[in-house]
Amino acid sequence: MTAEFGQFALGLALGLSLLQMVVSALGRARRNAVLTGAGEGAALAAFACVTIAFGCLIWAFVTSDFSVLNVAENSHTEKPMLYKVAGAWGSHEGSILLWCFALTGYGAALALARGLPWSLKALTVATQGALGVLFIGYMVFASNPLIRLASPPIEGNSLNPLLQDPALAAHPPFLYAGYVGLSVVFSFAVAALIEGRIDAAWARWVRPWALAAWGLLTIGITLGSFWAYYELGWGGWWFWDPVENASLMPWLVATALLHSAVVTEKRGALAAWTVFLALCAFTLSMLGAFLVRSGVLTSVHAFAVDPKRGLLLLGILGLAAGSGFALFAWRAPLLKDQSAFAPVSRESTLVINNIVLAAVTTTVLAGTLWPLILDAMGKQGGVGAPYYNTVVGPLMAVAFLILPAGPLLAWKRGDALGVTHRLGLAAGVAVLAALAIFALVQPRQALAAFGVGVGVWLIGGALSEIFERAHAFRATWRESLRRLGGLPRGAWGMSLAHIGLGVFVMGAAYEGAWKIEATEVLSAGGHLSLGSYTLTLDAVTDRLGPNYDAEHGVVRVTDPGGAVVCNATPERRTFATGGQTTSKVAICPRGLDDIYIVLGERRMAQDGASAWLVRSYVHPWVHLIFLGPLLMGLGGILSLSDRRLRLAAGRRRGAEA
Amino acid sequence: MAFLPRSRTARRRLVLFGVAAPILALAVGLTLYGLRGSISYFYTPSQALTAHVAAGTPIQLGGMVRRGSVAKQTDGGVTFVVEDHTSHSPVVFKGDLPDLFREGQGVVATGAYDAKGVFVANQILAKHDERYMPRELTKALKAQGEWRGEGQTPAYGAGNTSS
Repeated sequence: MTAEFGQFALGLALGLSLLQMVVSALGRARRNAVLTGAGEGAALAAFACVTIAFGCLIWAFVTSDFSVLNVAENSHTEKPMLYKVAGAWGSHEGSILLWCFALTGYGAALALARGLPWSLKALTVATQGALGVLFIGYMVFASNPLIRLASPPIEGNSLNPLLQDPALAAHPPFLYAGYVGLSVVFSFAVAALIEGRIDAAWARWVRPWALAAWGLLTIGITLGSFWAYYELGWGGWWFWDPVENASLMPWLVATALLHSAVVTEKRGALAAWTVFLALCAFTLSMLGAFLVRSGVLTSVHAFAVDPKRGLLLLGILGLAAGSGFALFAWRAPLLKDQSAFAPVSRESTLVINNIVLAAVTTTVLAGTLWPLILDAMGKQGGVGAPYYNTVVGPLMAVAFLILPAGPLLAWKRGDALGVTHRLGLAAGVAVLAALAIFALVQPRQALAAFGVGVGVWLIGGALSEIFERAHAFRATWRESLRRLGGLPRGAWGMSLAHIGLGVFVMGAAYEGAWKIEATEVLSAGGHLSLGSYTLTLDAVTDRLGPNYDAEHGVVRVTDPGGAVVCNATPERRTFATGGQTTSKVAICPRGLDDIYIVLGERRMAQDGASAWLVRSYVHPWVHLIFLGPLLMGLGGILSLSDRRLRLAAGRRRGAEA
Repeated sequence: MAFLPRSRTARRRLVLFGVAAPILALAVGLTLYGLRGSISYFYTPSQALTAHVAAGTPIQLGGMVRRGSVAKQTDGGVTFVVEDHTSHSPVVFKGDLPDLFREGQGVVATGAYDAKGVFVANQILAKHDERYMPRELTKALKAQGEWRGEGQTPAYGAGNTSS
C-alpha cells in the first residue's frame, strides 16, 4: 500500500502546487490577505505531501519492496542499509523526487518566512508554486518513482557499486539543496520584476537564501569531487567533465550573485544586474539537471540517462527560464540604480569580481556545449581539460589579485594609497612564499609557484582585513580582542570564505604541478619507487565483503630511510550483482599529502606468476583542495547565522507595522 | 580630468566599460587560444581512414573492442583492436583500463595515431554505468546501421569475427 499512498501524495502535491500558484497570484492581484494566506498554506501542504511520498519511496527501499519498479532496478537485499536509503535518490526518478522535495521544502520555508512585504511574498510563493507545478508534473507524468511492477522479481538489480559510498550518499542531497535553493532566488527575482521595484530591502531579503544555497552547493560539489578523487581511482579530483561543469556554473553565478547583492543592498546599485544573475543561477541549475540526465553530452559521470525525458526537462527549462528572461527584458528598464561610485571603490572591485565570474561562466558554458556546436556543423568532438585550464586560470587570477583590496576599500570612493599600505605585509609574505616555492621545490615551475603565492596573498589579505578591523598593532591587545569579539558574524564568514579560497588555490596550484605518478606490474614481493617512497606489494589475498568479493592487496610504503610509512590495503572488488568491478583506493595521509594506491587488474608476470598492475600517486597538498571549499561553505553558514540578517528584517517589520 | 564626460551616469558607464572591456577581451582571447589547441574530433576507425587523419593529430577514437583482441603486456601496457563495421584500428594504452572496459563493448579512446597507424591512447573514457554508451559512439554506429538498441552489442561483436 505504501507505494499507492505515495503516488496519491504526489498527485495531491501537484494539485496543491497548482493551488499555491493560482491562489497566491490571485491574492496579490486582488490584495486579499485570505487568498495569499491560503497560498502559503498550500505551499506547506505541498511540502508535507512530497515529504510523505519521499518517505514512502525510502520505506520501499528499506524494506526491499521489489514490486516497485524503481526499487527493483536500484536496490538489492544484500546492500548495506545506508545505501538502501541512498538508493532512493540514486536513480533518475528518485533524484527528481529529491529535487521536488527540496523545491517544495524551500517553498514551505518561504511561506513561513517573516518580515517580507506581503505583495512581494505572495508573488514569490506563486512563482515557487509554478516551478513546483512544472517539476512535480514532470515527475508524476513522465518520471514516476513509485510505479508498481506487474510481476515483481525476487531480487533487485542493485545500485551501481560506485555509488555505494558514504560521500556519494550525501552528495546528491547537498547538491540538490544548493541547486534548488537557487529556485527561491529565481522566484524572488521574478516577483520583483512583476512588482517592478528592486531596492536595498529586496537585496537584503534575497541574500540569506542565496547564501544558504551557495553554501550547500559548495559543500555538495566538494563532496562530489572528493568522491571522484578517492572512489574512482583515477588520481584526480576535477576532470572538467560536462557533469562537473554543470554543477560549477550555477556555483560561479551564485558566487557573483552574493557579491552583487551586497552592492545592491548597501548602495542601491547594480539592481538589474543582480536580478539577471538571480535568473541565470537557477537557469544554469536546470541546465545542469538537463545535461546530467539527458545524455546529450558524453560524460564520464553519466548515470541514469534517458534522452527522451531529457527533452521534456529541456522543455521545462525553456518554459521557466524563457518566461523569466522575457519578463526581465520587459521590466528591467524600470529598475534604476540609485548611486554612483568612483573607479577606486569597493563597488568597483565587486564589479570586477562579477565581470570575471560571468566571463568564466560563459567560457565554461561554451566549452561544455562545444560538442553540440560542433554537432550542428556536422562534426563530432569536443574540448578537453587544457582548454579550461588555459581559460579559467588566468581569468580567475585577475579576480584573485584584486580580491583582498575589496573588503578594505571604502564604499563609493576608496583610498587606494591607504589600502596599498595596509596590504603591504600580505603582499610581501605572498611574494616571499612564491619565491621560496620557486627556489626550493624541484622541478622548478614558475606558474605553480605564482599560484601558491596567489593563495598566500588571498589568505594574508583576509587576515589583514580582520587585523585592520581589530585595530591590531595600533590599539592595546585588550582593545583589539574586544573589537574582534564585537565583529559581526557576517564579517567572520566573509573572511573565512576568502581564507578558504586561498587555501584551495594553494592546494590546487601545488598539487597540479608536483603530483607524482608511478605504475608498474608487480607480483607478490615486487616493489616500485614513487618519488622518494618505495612501495612493496606484500601479498594479495581474497576477501569476502557484504555484497562483493575482493582481491585485497597489502602494500608496504617505506620512506628513503627504510622506515615503514604505512601499510596500505587497496582492493579490487567484484560485485556479484551486475558483475561490475570497482577499485577501492588506499590512501595514506602524510601531513597535507596523500599517498594514493590503486590495485589494478590481475595479469601474468614474465615468469608466469600472478601479478597486479599497481598504480600509485603522491598528491602533495591535496588536503588543502578539499579543506578550502569546506572553509568556504562554513563561512557561508557562519554569515547566515549573523544576527544582522534577522535583525534587519525584524526592524523592517517593526517599521511597517 | 577634463576629458571625462560631465554627466555622472556617463562617467560611471565609462568606468564600467573601462573595467569590463579588458577582462572580456582577455576572456575572448583566451577562449580562442584555448579552443585552437584542444578541440579533438571524434572518429570511428573507418571515419578516421576516409578522413586521412594525420599521425600525431589528437583525436577521439570510438568503436567496439574486438573480442579476443585484448592483450595485457607485462610492462603495464595493453593492446587491443577497436573496430566498426568496415574497418579497425590497433590501439596501445599504457595504464590501468577502466573498470567497465569489456571486450565486445563500446569504447572511446583519446590519443593520436603514430606513423605506423597504431593508435596510441593516453586516456580511455571510463564510464560509471554499464548501460551508458557515449553519444558520439551511439550516433556513429547508428549511422552505420549497426545499432541494436541501448546497452546492446552489435551483432558482429559476438564471437571472434573478422572485419
